[in-house]
Amino acid sequence: MIDPVALFLLLLSASTPILFAALGELVVERAGVLNLGVEGMMIVGALSGFATAYYSGDAFLGFAVAALAGALVALPFAILTQFLMSNQVASGLALTLFGLGLAALFGKPVEGVRAPIMSVGPLGLNWIVWLGLAMVPAVWWFLNRSRAGLILRGVGENHDAAHALGYDVRRVRLAAIAFGGAMAGIGGAFISVATVLQWTEGMTAGAGWIALAIVVFSNWTAVGVLAGAWLFGGVTVLQLRLQAAGVRVPVQLLSMAPYLATIIVLVAISARQKFSRRAGGAAPGSLGQDFHALR
Amino acid sequence: MNRRQLIASVAAMTTISLALPGWAQEDPLKVGFIYVGPVSDGGWTYQHDQGRLAVEAEFGDRVETTYLENVPEGVDAERALTQLALAGNDVIYATSFGYMDAVINVAAKFPDIKFEHNTGYKRTENVGTYDGRFYEGRAVTGTIAGRMTQSNKIGYIATFPIPEVIQGINSAYIHAKKVNPDVEMRVVWAYTWFDPAKEADAANALMAEGVDVILQHTNSTAPLAQLQQQGKIGFGQASDMASFAPSPRVSSVYNNWGAHYVKSVGRVLDGTWQPEGVWGGIGDGIVAIGEITDAVPAEVKAEAESLRDKIAAGEYHPFTGPLNKADGSAWLADGQTATDEELSGMNFFVEGITAELPQ
Repeated sequence: MIDPVALFLLLLSASTPILFAALGELVVERAGVLNLGVEGMMIVGALSGFATAYYSGDAFLGFAVAALAGALVALPFAILTQFLMSNQVASGLALTLFGLGLAALFGKPVEGVRAPIMSVGPLGLNWIVWLGLAMVPAVWWFLNRSRAGLILRGVGENHDAAHALGYDVRRVRLAAIAFGGAMAGIGGAFISVATVLQWTEGMTAGAGWIALAIVVFSNWTAVGVLAGAWLFGGVTVLQLRLQAAGVRVPVQLLSMAPYLATIIVLVAISARQKFSRRAGGAAPGSLGQDFHALR
Repeated sequence: MNRRQLIASVAAMTTISLALPGWAQEDPLKVGFIYVGPVSDGGWTYQHDQGRLAVEAEFGDRVETTYLENVPEGVDAERALTQLALAGNDVIYATSFGYMDAVINVAAKFPDIKFEHNTGYKRTENVGTYDGRFYEGRAVTGTIAGRMTQSNKIGYIATFPIPEVIQGINSAYIHAKKVNPDVEMRVVWAYTWFDPAKEADAANALMAEGVDVILQHTNSTAPLAQLQQQGKIGFGQASDMASFAPSPRVSSVYNNWGAHYVKSVGRVLDGTWQPEGVWGGIGDGIVAIGEITDAVPAEVKAEAESLRDKIAAGEYHPFTGPLNKADGSAWLADGQTATDEELSGMNFFVEGITAELPQ
């Protein structure tokens, strides 16, 4: 009745914004920084990507600018938390509010106009969807197989030890935060440039918060992020698809399914961790802690 | 200035302004609005703001308007309304259903200020309500949808199972069915008024099911963007969404609140304002049908326009019997029309819609 291949293709598009944002936040958190500003960086990416695509007529240039803008807007957060020792939770929340307000202000001139339609890649999917899928093995390889990734994980696990070994904790974290901002920016731009083709204030509608939840859900692994994004996106698409097909299932049940599925998996993961050797799961050891080099 | 001088001067000012009522009349009438979303939403709030601008254009220096945007429903709304009241506004428009209790509470504290609440039903001595008969517009777009579909499957992206939305679904279906007996309606409940990503997913889910014409009750342009990519058609909602014309947006149902605001502010100015329950449709100008583009054949366009004109003139009611409910029970007899009371409490689909209606 419902073609599983078609459903899977819908799922791939639907999960792309949160996949980008969550992969970026994964790297940030593996470096030991908790950045709650994902939503703010996404909306800035959504606006700058859209405005660029509109004025230049080139959607891909829009994504490049969105990545740059996402990284730039994350910079104040990086300076506040890494150099001025501000609380990461408060600074991250401030970044979200700042991003939403900034985008609303600068978005006024492009209200009501349309972005160009993007050319699509294989299987009728947007090229950015493919880029998102390619980023999963890339991030996995970087974190688990590269020397730079090993240093980044070391910084996240124990920043004092990494510092004692001579690694520049702040520089590593600065780079990670910029990367997280760029990824969130691309995720946000996917909504405005590829999905809606218009700019509207608040158009990311909470996707950044879902991305944050997916990083926890993933147990801080790239493959877990993909699974989380697909689960959330998949159940969302499936429930809409079931409704469209006229399946007689209570709509309320279908609507809450994505959230219900997320909670069930989270419970399963924490139950498993309870009996595993390592208390606290795979969360990086220095996550959310300020680093101040005493020597 | 010490306190005694202050009191004296305030008293003097009061005496002067009481003694010279002409002064007070020179002041412009202050009109306040609270919006649930940003003016830039291109939909619901945008249209209310267009209404505010229409008031300014109509009355010029005689009015002074202000607005507060992005006011969440609930406790914050009460604070925002109080702020507008204390700022000296003479009439305040609250433009979302969820402001209802806040409006009633604040209005009780400021009996001299006139309040109007959009889409609500609670009225007091200084609170009126106003709303649009959006189902009249959906009769027209439903007709176009029924004529334009090639797969005989039309889709409806619904928001919440409340009477306004159910009226829209029923009206669209009745009129699509009237011109195309084979038509089938698929309904997806998005449980949101505005979430572009989810609306896009809903549109894609409908198209994957073979739907080729989509009517939407949600307020973003995301479904139209998806429709365009697959060469299917839809309609603008809440605002005209003309940037997607001539196709996929072949027409639209939009809210022209200016028609009401100009009338209402005019009554406040000439002192004839009463707390009423206004429910205006195409005939009153509150519900407007956007231009039907050339993507629609001329005869379909003519048919839709004639239906629009008949509704506007009051010659035709979109809910005219014979009509049965979805469970097969009789609702309206031949020639009988639905009462406003029945419509404002509508909680059932009409016969022929097989979709699930959440209760």
